[in-house]
Amino acid sequence: MKDIILKAENISKQYRLGQVGTGTLSHDLNRWWHEIRGKENPYLKIGDTNDRSTKGESDYVWALQGINFEVERGEVLGIIGKNGAGKSTLLKILSRVTAPTTGNIKFGGRVASLLEVGTGFNGEMTGRENIYLNGAILGMTKKEIASKLDEIIEFSGCERYIDTPVKRYSSGMTVRLAFAVAAFLEPEILIIDEVLAVGDAEFQKKAIGKMQDISKKGGRTVLFVSHNMAAVKQLCSKAIVLEYGAVVFEGRTDDAIENYFQEVQLVKHGKRIEIINDSLGFFTKWYIKDNDSFIISSDQKENICFEFDSNGSMKNCELGLVIRNFEGKILFGCNSRDFEGDYFDVKKGKYIFNIQLVLPIIDGKYEIDIALVSNNNIIDQWVSETNLIVKNKFESVLDRKWRGELNLKTFFSYDELY
Amino acid sequence: MNTTENSKSDWLFEITPKNKFFSLNLKEVWQYRDLLLLFVKRDVVTVYKQTVLGPLWYLIQPLFTSITFTIIFNKVAGIDTGTVPPFLFNLAGITVWNYFTACLNGTSNTFASNAAIFGKVYFPRIIMPLSVVISNLLKFGIQFIIFVVFYIVYYLNGAAISINGATLFFPLLVALMGVLGLGLGMIISSLVTKYRDFTYLIGFGVQLLMYLSAVMYPMALIKEKLPSYGWLVEYNPLAYVIETSRYMLLDIGHISIFGLGYTFLVTLVVFLFGVLIFNKTEKSFIDTV
Repeated sequence: MKDIILKAENISKQYRLGQVGTGTLSHDLNRWWHEIRGKENPYLKIGDTNDRSTKGESDYVWALQGINFEVERGEVLGIIGKNGAGKSTLLKILSRVTAPTTGNIKFGGRVASLLEVGTGFNGEMTGRENIYLNGAILGMTKKEIASKLDEIIEFSGCERYIDTPVKRYSSGMTVRLAFAVAAFLEPEILIIDEVLAVGDAEFQKKAIGKMQDISKKGGRTVLFVSHNMAAVKQLCSKAIVLEYGAVVFEGRTDDAIENYFQEVQLVKHGKRIEIINDSLGFFTKWYIKDNDSFIISSDQKENICFEFDSNGSMKNCELGLVIRNFEGKILFGCNSRDFEGDYFDVKKGKYIFNIQLVLPIIDGKYEIDIALVSNNNIIDQWVSETNLIVKNKFESVLDRKWRGELNLKTFFSYDELY
Repeated sequence: MNTTENSKSDWLFEITPKNKFFSLNLKEVWQYRDLLLLFVKRDVVTVYKQTVLGPLWYLIQPLFTSITFTIIFNKVAGIDTGTVPPFLFNLAGITVWNYFTACLNGTSNTFASNAAIFGKVYFPRIIMPLSVVISNLLKFGIQFIIFVVFYIVYYLNGAAISINGATLFFPLLVALMGVLGLGLGMIISSLVTKYRDFTYLIGFGVQLLMYLSAVMYPMALIKEKLPSYGWLVEYNPLAYVIETSRYMLLDIGHISIFGLGYTFLVTLVVFLFGVLIFNKTEKSFIDTV
């Protein structure tokens, strides 16, 4: 028997793109005219799916479409997905900041949401006053806050500054204080969005530990959204994967993370489709060693293998590999002579060429272009129909346009100088 | 399916695309009463930070306005205030009027100015405008004390002013004014989320409205001097509130049962309509604000 504490049925959310202004009044009137005649909202029928990279036809877009899921009491549910998949919209709906366009959600307990730490902090007020204000905003009563005040102050580590206005705090202290208030909330359901992206490593560890306490010892239900797969793995027992505003996977966290790293591609075999047989030799197929897909992770060392059929003997051979993105820009190129390599000879027969590399590039589909050259003459050049798919284990909070072509793990720290 | 469906009554609450047609949800507001008080405290405490004169600013504004009005309308334009000293006449009107405008202005930008906090956390949205009305009530209290001080000074100097039995009902009148300001403010704040035009309208509209609300003249005067436009003032419920408050505080002018009944009715309709439209807006204003 399951004890369901949260049940979401058919949630959808439609947004209007572009400037809200001109034309709004006419749409409003039209909508109202349909409504009073008891007809359906005419703008609900239209709208594109939420794919930011393609140019849509309609002014309306579905940020979420037909989301269904259930959460059991005491479960920690992770919600993962790429930027723009609809995670934040879903959280906003769950935390009652905005209403869904269709569908409903039923709750079996009190909800508190933490979409941002320090909501409603007032710089002019002292740390202590802000604990009360912030706690009340998050749904605590004055009595509840008063009974936990000492614990909150201790957890925040801001004891000395507690009667100083918050505007004099460093940003790190503000965050600590804010998280401390939130950590002592006692709702049956807690909704958390990426709050761990702030604070130093020590504080993040403390925060994750506190959340584990909340769910395990407190027996409370947590909904957790993050790009940080390590944190999701550590905290969540179950996860859902969102893509383009729809749930594409629901299940165990490990499986969900794996699913998140996968992507469907149409041509999967890596074989050459058209072969010109009258040449001296040609590539027949490529694959990634110990991998039955064409998906690699940007932080792993991989062996890319190319099979080659030779019809005769060739001297002074070299192999060139180029990896292009979808704009045709070369991201990486290498030659078999690089580093310790040298020219090699090929006889009649079948060969496997192996290139070992790490590709710390941003997630996406990439084109593989390989060529075999003998005595400076191109024997065969092949652009595979099958794309190489690169996945990133960590995704920056930045918008795609600022992230460039590389995916590198960074560590941030700071100290107060004065 | 081995899922046992919880029966409908087991759910604590439900999120739906739209609110019920009309819901005040007083129970929820009561749960958040501490937040209401903390917002009031925040409004009151933070206003004076980094000012030299602090709460004195609350007194300076009505006093100087009253002096200006007395010079312009009474000395220059010659409006007759009867036996009551013109300064006291103006101060009474302005103090009451200020409470109304403070409530209206404060609540009319509820959604726009709190978008940041409303966009991150849920609490009954009506807490915000309510806190504005209550913190302004405190401000009104301070301004009313200064009125009382001047009243006593004038009285001791032999001015022909007195109170009457109706004075006891003055708090009810203030409450009526607060509710009217709240109702109008909620309507405007809901409209502002989509159509910013109303921000500009309210800016000068309130100023113009003051001239139609018998703040610096007795209601009888406009009927006498401008008989064909007198209805503009007569249909304005605020004019009755101002006129009645002067009757209660200074024993001047008339108390009109019809006028008060009319005002009460308008306030009720405006407030209920305000709650209705506020309810409709609070669900998804964050998408359009």
